[in-house]
Amino acid sequence: MSAPQQRYDGRPRLLTKQARSITEHARTVGPLPTSVVPQLIDMVTASGLRGRGGGWFPSGRKMASVAGRDNPYVVVNGMESEPAAGKDKLLLRLAPHLVLDGAELAALALGADRITVAVHRGTGLAEHLTAAIADRVAAGWGEVEIDVAEPPSWYVSSESTAVAGFVGGGEAKPKADSARVAGVGGRPALVSNVETFAHVALIGRYGPNWFRQAGTGEAPGTALFTVSGAVRSPGVYELPVGITGETILRVANGIREPISALLVGGYGGAWIPPTQLHRPFCPEGLEPLGASLGAGIVVALPARTCGLFETVRVATWMAGQTARQCGPCFRGLPAIAEDFAMIARDGSRKAYERLRFRLGVIDGRGACAHPDGVVKFVGSALKTFALDIRRHLSGQLCPGGPRVLPLPEPPDESEGWR
Amino acid sequence: MTERLKVDMIACDGHGVCAELVPELIGLDEWGYPILADAPVPGELHKHARKAVSLCPKLALSLARTRS
Ligand code: SF4
Ligand code: SF4
Repeated sequence: MSAPQQRYDGRPRLLTKQARSITEHARTVGPLPTSVVPQLIDMVTASGLRGRGGGWFPSGRKMASVAGRDNPYVVVNGMESEPAAGKDKLLLRLAPHLVLDGAELAALALGADRITVAVHRGTGLAEHLTAAIADRVAAGWGEVEIDVAEPPSWYVSSESTAVAGFVGGGEAKPKADSARVAGVGGRPALVSNVETFAHVALIGRYGPNWFRQAGTGEAPGTALFTVSGAVRSPGVYELPVGITGETILRVANGIREPISALLVGGYGGAWIPPTQLHRPFCPEGLEPLGASLGAGIVVALPARTCGLFETVRVATWMAGQTARQCGPCFRGLPAIAEDFAMIARDGSRKAYERLRFRLGVIDGRGACAHPDGVVKFVGSALKTFALDIRRHLSGQLCPGGPRVLPLPEPPDESEGWR
Repeated sequence: MTERLKVDMIACDGHGVCAELVPELIGLDEWGYPILADAPVPGELHKHARKAVSLCPKLALSLARTRS
């Protein structure tokens, strides 16, 4: 790997390329670079791009694992289901063609003849994308057939096997087998996040060295961060991977009141104490804290809000979002949410001991990572709010304070999983 | 080449037949779902493990070959 020639100029890459129409898009980034298709997977591998949906898996390796399989399929995963995230929806609105270009290049590289973009129902995104696709067809842009699907918006329906299953005509529930093997109706599928494809579109145009000018050696590039909570200007910000927590808060115009913790990565992510804001926000920088960047979510918790009650609210909501397929998940998550509620509400020491035991029992025992995410989230609350826990356990209960984390209405039961 | 027990948690219904057949390798959690030993199946238990696999009513249990 040659060292980057130039330094990152600090300008956003995805969010400045906003171009809703195909003519604007062509003017901003030029034509679809189809000549790079034979080298695309190597370029993506060399760029070091890692999936921005939350897993940070190396994108080149993922593409290579689908390449060479028969009759492949490409799915753009726009099912951003973390309630505190907004970056994929924003990117699809501002730069749909950048996302579609990335998917198109990937499809050409894999020999896939179909792309499906999966987005949330009732958000207007499907109409927006359908119009963008028509725009491309009219302009003679690209050659792969693209359509749009709208899976139900359960939290776990954003999981790649669930999205692929839905696109293939099944239920939007996680499956035991990887999407890469038999994702869409038996066809091997590359399922990647919206932002990941947008980066691919730019790597195809400007190359891996350009991409590596931003970010860290292990996690190059910029990433979209959704920052909310006690900051003055909540919103989506594009920043190089590995920037410190302090800088992220500063970019959001600073905190507007004292904070007691930061939620990083989402509801399957982790709470970290404000003393750790100097750390680089990248997978490697957060790992020592047991945290991960996830889908780039950062929520600043105001000190007057009780972290324990926020944890109970989220854990209870997450327990209601399982696909009810795996016992340790659909029986275990409600149990640990209730344990945590008994700690926060009643100061129950018995619930505390039971919770610590149950976290170890549930971890890693579902078909998907949903229970593991909740275990991580709850476990991080035990550490980050250790002082509050001690207070509650010794009978000093608190009123809880204003609620901060959003809990959307789950889809109607009658809607089911189709 | 060694073998390990694997369970498909989506298929498993948690009635615990397997844990009765090889308690040495399979425990149950408080809800009745199997917790598998995180180690290769030792030679002397192979027969029992295979029996548990074939008697699982949901075909949820399997033996997976692993290296090391
Ligand atoms: S682990 Fe939970 S969410 Fe995942 S498939 Fe099983 S029941 Fe569904
Ligand atoms: S016998 Fe099969 S279905 Fe029953 S608990 Fe064991 S693995 Fe699950």
